[in-house]
Amino acid sequence: MTNGHATAATPDLMVEIQGLRKTYRVGEVDVHALRGVDLNVNRGEFVAIVGPSGSGKSTLFHILGGLLAPSAGTVRVGDQDLAAMRDSERTNFRKANVGFVFQKYNLLPTLSAEDNINIARHIAGKNGPPDEFFARALELLGIAQRLHHKPRAMSGGEQQRVAIARAIVNHPALLLADEPTGNLDSENSDAVLDLLRELNHRLGQTILMITHDPEAAAFADRIVYMRDGHIVPGPSSTKAPDR
Amino acid sequence: MINQLVIENLKHRPVRTCLSVLAIGISVTLVLTIVGLSHGMLEDNARRARGIGADLWIRPGGMQLGTGGGSAPFNEKLVPALEKFEHVALATGTAIYPLQFPQSIQGIDFEKFDRLTGGVRFVEGRVFRAPDDIVVDSEYAAERKLKVGSKIKLVEREWTVCGIIEPGKLSRIFLPIQVVQEFTGNTGKVSQIFLKVDDERNIAAVKAKLKETFPEYGILTLEEIVSLYSVDAIAPIKIFIRVIVGIAVVIGFVFVFLSMYTAVLERTREIGILKALGASPAYIMAILMRESALLALAGSLLGIAFSYGTREIFRILIPASMQQKIMPDWWPIAAAIALGGAFLGTLYPSYRAAKQDAIEALAYD
Repeated sequence: MTNGHATAATPDLMVEIQGLRKTYRVGEVDVHALRGVDLNVNRGEFVAIVGPSGSGKSTLFHILGGLLAPSAGTVRVGDQDLAAMRDSERTNFRKANVGFVFQKYNLLPTLSAEDNINIARHIAGKNGPPDEFFARALELLGIAQRLHHKPRAMSGGEQQRVAIARAIVNHPALLLADEPTGNLDSENSDAVLDLLRELNHRLGQTILMITHDPEAAAFADRIVYMRDGHIVPGPSSTKAPDR
Repeated sequence: MINQLVIENLKHRPVRTCLSVLAIGISVTLVLTIVGLSHGMLEDNARRARGIGADLWIRPGGMQLGTGGGSAPFNEKLVPALEKFEHVALATGTAIYPLQFPQSIQGIDFEKFDRLTGGVRFVEGRVFRAPDDIVVDSEYAAERKLKVGSKIKLVEREWTVCGIIEPGKLSRIFLPIQVVQEFTGNTGKVSQIFLKVDDERNIAAVKAKLKETFPEYGILTLEEIVSLYSVDAIAPIKIFIRVIVGIAVVIGFVFVFLSMYTAVLERTREIGILKALGASPAYIMAILMRESALLALAGSLLGIAFSYGTREIFRILIPASMQQKIMPDWWPIAAAIALGGAFLGTLYPSYRAAKQDAIEALAYD
């Protein structure tokens, strides 16, 4: 991870956010989506961010994913300082440092599952076979038999597993999941959440998941609550209940 | 991997892909057909000029190819006078009456024309005998569905086909010279004179002597005449071809622009996905550029195939009027024209795609 903005980070911290602010200009009105967020996520931690619509969690997700520039504050993922990056640097950052899992899966419909995964490697400039980490992840995901199918021939649960495989194929520092179970029935939701937890526990993948669903959040090691652009104390501390 | 994505994208929208290829193919066909016709028709004229067998042509000074219709500036008494020049073995004049492009009637002295050309071969019928007899070549007969005995109306008169000859000698329609002189009001005059020299080594000397004697006349050797039947020698045809090439580029540009613009709109979300994965603007543009390049190449191949089709159509329907040549030399040029149009047509859509905001694109339904 050398993107030109490497900074000295605390060894155990994967995400370090201090005083993060994001203000959008909508017409002639300033909308303050994030109003000073402080958050640390340890390496290998699985954190759920929970909050109502408009709380700023999606904005935080986009900034951490390098899709959006912060207005103020410090954002470090690994040794990368996102606040100091230009557009092109954030594009490079996304190639191998973060993996996205979206609510709507967001697979390319024209490509097979395998090619959806391969294109992420291609964009990251990796052309050889995936590493041992990914081979083990693929085993956990259980989609080896479905890799030659196109998304339209797969169930929602299968598509989301492919999306997870694509997100981690480059062994990212941080896996960002935005409502990953939002389009799934409860059985598939549990399966996907189990997979995320397995990836976290067995392979040490750092995961930050945004969700409305308290049951989904309960799969995480820690739950962070957001409201009105702030991180707020949760109803029952920040430690997720045991499952 | 990009190629895989490009091919899958094209397969995903087969109707649009086929229509784009067809549109580019038509523009390539347009170029290849026009260029093929220009070269084919000029070569056909050159072939028929060679078929005359004359060593020297005498035409009015400054007369352009394909012109001189109906004018007969030479007194026919000049013909026997020219025959008396040293080394001139044979001289014969013809009177021209132009018909609808590209045909003309040539009024000939059949006996001399037969000798000049080394023998006119009749496929069917015989030479003129009756006053309304007309001789045509087999390609004109095929185009007009004529046989010996068929009636044909030309110059406000009805003629009877008395003979059908092999093509390749000066013209496709022949009448006795006196008949053409009469209806063009040029009795006793001829439009051009052909000379046969006793030995080809004497051609230059005869030409020089004639130039000295008739400085106002155009006196050309066969090779000089043939060299004039080339696209490079005829400025209007060169300009015409350039205009057609320009139209082809515009057609390619418009169709590819519309196709790629629609593709970018349809794939807004997919572009957002690629950007989320870290695809740079150049990567996105490369996908769309390769897609349009593939369309252009497929369209070029289709256009080349279509050009064989148009050649067959001309050959079957109007073999005497239009001769299209297949132009392999122009295949890479036509493909470059298609690629150029496609490249121009993809510039803006791909720029727009590259500049798309990833978050907005991912939210697009």
